[in-house]
Amino acid sequence: MNRMTATLAGSLIAFTASISAAQADKLTLYCSAQEDWCQLMARSFEDATGIDVDMTRKSSGETFAQIRAESSNPKGDVWWGGTGDPHLQAAEEGLTMEYMSPMRDQLHDWAISQAESAGNRTIGIYSGALGYGYNTDLLAANDLPEPSCWKDLLKPEYKGHVQMANPNSSGTAYTTLASMVQIFGEEEGFEFMKGLHANINQYTKSGSAPIKAAGRGENTIGIVFMHDAVAQAVSGFPIKVVAPCEGTGYEIGSMSIIDGARNEDEAKKFYDWALSAEAQNLALQVNAFQVPSNTGAQTSDKAPDMSTIKLIDYDFVKYGSSDERKRLLQKWDEEVSVLPQ
Amino acid sequence: MRTVSAEKTAHPVLIFWIIAGWVGFCLLPWYMVEDGLWSFQWLFDGYPFDEDYAPALFLIAQGEKLWLAPLLVPLLMPLLVMRRPKADPLYARVLILSGALGFGWLIAQGFSIGIRGFNYDWLEALFGDLKIRQFGMGYGAMICASAFLFLLTQGIAARGAINGDVFVVSAIGGVIAIVTTFVFFPIAKMLFAAFVTEDGAYSISVFAAKFFDDRLWGLGCLWGARCGAAWNSLFLAIAVGFITTVLGLAFALVVTRSGFRYKRALRALTVLPIITPPFVIGLALILLFGLSGSVTVFFAELFGIQPTRWLYGLPGVLIAQTLAFTPIAFLVLIGVVEGVSPSMEEAAQTLRANRWQVFRTVSLPLMRPGLANAFLLGFIESMADFGNPLVLGGNFDVLSTEIFFAIVGAQYDQGRAAVLAMVLLFFTLSAFYAQRAWLGKKSYTTVTGKGDAGVHPLMPTGLAIPVLAVAIGWALFTAVVYTMILYGSIVELWGVDNSLTFKHYVTAFSVRIEEEGIRWTGAAWDSFWTTISIAAIAAPLTAAVGLVTAYLLTRQSFAGKNAFEFGTMLSFAIPGTVIGVSYILAFNVPPIEITGTGVILVISFIFRNMPVGVRAGIASMSQLDKSLDESSLTLGANSWQTFRKVILPLLRPAILAALVYSFVRAMTAISAVIFLVSAKYDMATSYIIGRVENNDYGLAIAYSTTLIFVMLTAVGLLQLLVGRVKIGRRTQLASERMK
Repeated sequence: MNRMTATLAGSLIAFTASISAAQADKLTLYCSAQEDWCQLMARSFEDATGIDVDMTRKSSGETFAQIRAESSNPKGDVWWGGTGDPHLQAAEEGLTMEYMSPMRDQLHDWAISQAESAGNRTIGIYSGALGYGYNTDLLAANDLPEPSCWKDLLKPEYKGHVQMANPNSSGTAYTTLASMVQIFGEEEGFEFMKGLHANINQYTKSGSAPIKAAGRGENTIGIVFMHDAVAQAVSGFPIKVVAPCEGTGYEIGSMSIIDGARNEDEAKKFYDWALSAEAQNLALQVNAFQVPSNTGAQTSDKAPDMSTIKLIDYDFVKYGSSDERKRLLQKWDEEVSVLPQ
Repeated sequence: MRTVSAEKTAHPVLIFWIIAGWVGFCLLPWYMVEDGLWSFQWLFDGYPFDEDYAPALFLIAQGEKLWLAPLLVPLLMPLLVMRRPKADPLYARVLILSGALGFGWLIAQGFSIGIRGFNYDWLEALFGDLKIRQFGMGYGAMICASAFLFLLTQGIAARGAINGDVFVVSAIGGVIAIVTTFVFFPIAKMLFAAFVTEDGAYSISVFAAKFFDDRLWGLGCLWGARCGAAWNSLFLAIAVGFITTVLGLAFALVVTRSGFRYKRALRALTVLPIITPPFVIGLALILLFGLSGSVTVFFAELFGIQPTRWLYGLPGVLIAQTLAFTPIAFLVLIGVVEGVSPSMEEAAQTLRANRWQVFRTVSLPLMRPGLANAFLLGFIESMADFGNPLVLGGNFDVLSTEIFFAIVGAQYDQGRAAVLAMVLLFFTLSAFYAQRAWLGKKSYTTVTGKGDAGVHPLMPTGLAIPVLAVAIGWALFTAVVYTMILYGSIVELWGVDNSLTFKHYVTAFSVRIEEEGIRWTGAAWDSFWTTISIAAIAAPLTAAVGLVTAYLLTRQSFAGKNAFEFGTMLSFAIPGTVIGVSYILAFNVPPIEITGTGVILVISFIFRNMPVGVRAGIASMSQLDKSLDESSLTLGANSWQTFRKVILPLLRPAILAALVYSFVRAMTAISAVIFLVSAKYDMATSYIIGRVENNDYGLAIAYSTTLIFVMLTAVGLLQLLVGRVKIGRRTQLASERMK
């Protein structure tokens, strides 16, 4: 009788250790864009090259945490998509690999400068401008004027109607904070954040949550990347997108090869392919409204027209570094978040 | 006690483990086979000489991995004493020595030599660069390790520990080994991060700075600002623990001790929330009570008031968590309320106590273990809950979400996450000890094996009316919430375009019948099948580990029992996020290299959910009198037979609770899973979250609704499988009990 339990316990231990994933000649893709875009990229790459793709979709923060945790024994090969900051951070920590793609001459300057600021360990694949969107129904129901500038959001009638993410937890909100500091200067930028704080009804955890809440009618104005707001409008929610009149910051969605990748050659193939115009045109099929980095790729006609948006000269090197980030976030914590609302 | 009568000289168990050790060493691939457990490709692929698939013996014979050679000594040692009687002191000594040597050496070499040669600088300094690497342990190494472990426990038993009971000593040894490996080890690895500075040095001041943070301990809410996450979590958890216990008790009383007619419906309703994937309750509450929710708008128009965002924050999280965790309290309490032997209550009635007195002085005090356990579970669940605060938290920060965003958010601060995890752990463990202090050393045993006829008395009327009102009110509320969920899955775009459609189900679950058979073309099938199979593997293992542990805790006494109990509760008290990250940190590198596999999901579920099996088992077992075991033992059964034939059958409610809970949790858990899923093993919940993030509310809810029905079916099947419990010969309500 003892034998039975003993066998059971033994086989439990044996069992737990022995299953493992198949690791044939494949590509393991960590994807931080939206699910259907990730799927489409993976399947299209399979069709184009015959290389099998194992794709895992997680937010850029989650993926970064995973890559860091796996650093002594990397499981992933390529990390595609997601806002640029964690990619820069990974480059800073040496988690990703230096690679000069032959496709680089086809790319916009901002994509190359993203690569150069990270020692060529990452590269820009799309970009999107910061802005905000509002729920037209709720705005009308509350008799509010239509905002068009950043400073409009400070008006007292918007009290309790504005939502943004917490810069401590969201890259989008950190981009907002850094953009305000760059648009208005540090002093006035923080004055702006303090004024905004009085109107904020909630600091959400995730970056795109404010506009999703606005879509569902749970919030009036959400400060987000404009392509996220466009996606809401296209999904059928009553959302209007605003490119603020003072100008605005932007993100560069990036791609990196993980240092120590098991399928390095396949990873490089994917990297080059993902920078091509036809791969970037896939975004049109999945309601992704970012601007592609390949100069020959098309941009959706519903996407915010980048030529009409006043983009600031966003300093990714300075505001992407962990020291500056820590300093700004601490200042925001101490001077803004503690104020009464 | 067969095992003590030491005259026999053939020891079947010993021989079994000696053989297992040799098989592991000489026949099975020592290192992990990359193609997976069920792939037997290695048999035809150069086995047994290929370095990747070779058993240890073949490796050594070829001059490879020579550090495995010393294992031959402890493998040979037990052969010397095989024919000796157990009473011979040499028998015990040799077994202990061989087990400890073998196990210790296995672990030492596993941690010292990894995929980049030596793992420690001082080893490299001592022996020079190794230039050879080794991968994670495979079948061979694992079976060898188990063999050494059980040789050791047999040696200890032979020395007379726990009356020389081999089963009990082996079970204790086994549980300690797996809990250490899969709970203590990863968590210790994670918590060390709290003391690590940015450049990798260790420092106490870093810890202090993160610990005494105002965002954690601020008391601003007393004067209008915001409170720290620690206070928020504590207050919320106490409230949730208390409310869920009261509601759970109300439901349990209605089901067992009232003449209420629709008990079945009530029971089904109470089980619903436990089988609901995360986010769904939150989304449904928003649809009802949010700023544009139907109830909010209705009342706003009725009374001409401005709709508010009252739901976001403490109220919303409290409602959602109460909805979600009441069933857990109910599942714990129903077993206990049923288990109170009617003879006690009848005795009181015979002594002319009225029904109210009986309830207050006999029934209720006897339910104390259940009440305490229900509160504890509610408290811990609320502390570790992640989905509801994420959706409904508003500006009400709690520890679990703070931890998640400390790791994945813009801060990337593992140290802060570790500090927060410590605070959370401190709260949950304090609750755990408070519960034990409250229960004290009293006996709650009522099922004694002596005559146990009779039926439970009905509740006193003064109690029945409020209890029934509360139960029915809450049941109705649950029903409304679930109607909304069902509705949400069949409308075009939730809250905007309310035309009915089945398109979300079609997208998720379409199939095509082709010549080669059925093609699963729906988007959700992949994650669906993975989820089902992982949950189905994890559930029985969880229940088994949990109940064996509960048995050891209630029925055996041994040194270090408290620490042992603490260890088994630990993984439950730690939020899944921390478990997820710590598992990646611990199991991504040899000796145990299982990230990216299905195994890591199964293991995380086993150790996340085992505590519920343990608690349910303890609660039920503390009601079974020890004289039952003793009479079985006196009649010549050993402790394994006693466990299997006497205790297990009486534990059916606990088994069912453990099985159901672990199956369901495996299908609905999210916080740990989100770190552990991989391309090959994607789980339903992480898929659903992806859809929610992408605005595909319809698809997400349709998928969730399908999961709810699947789980309902599974729970029903499990109940059939485990069978109806029958404690005593109670007839009055038997037909309505345990559906």
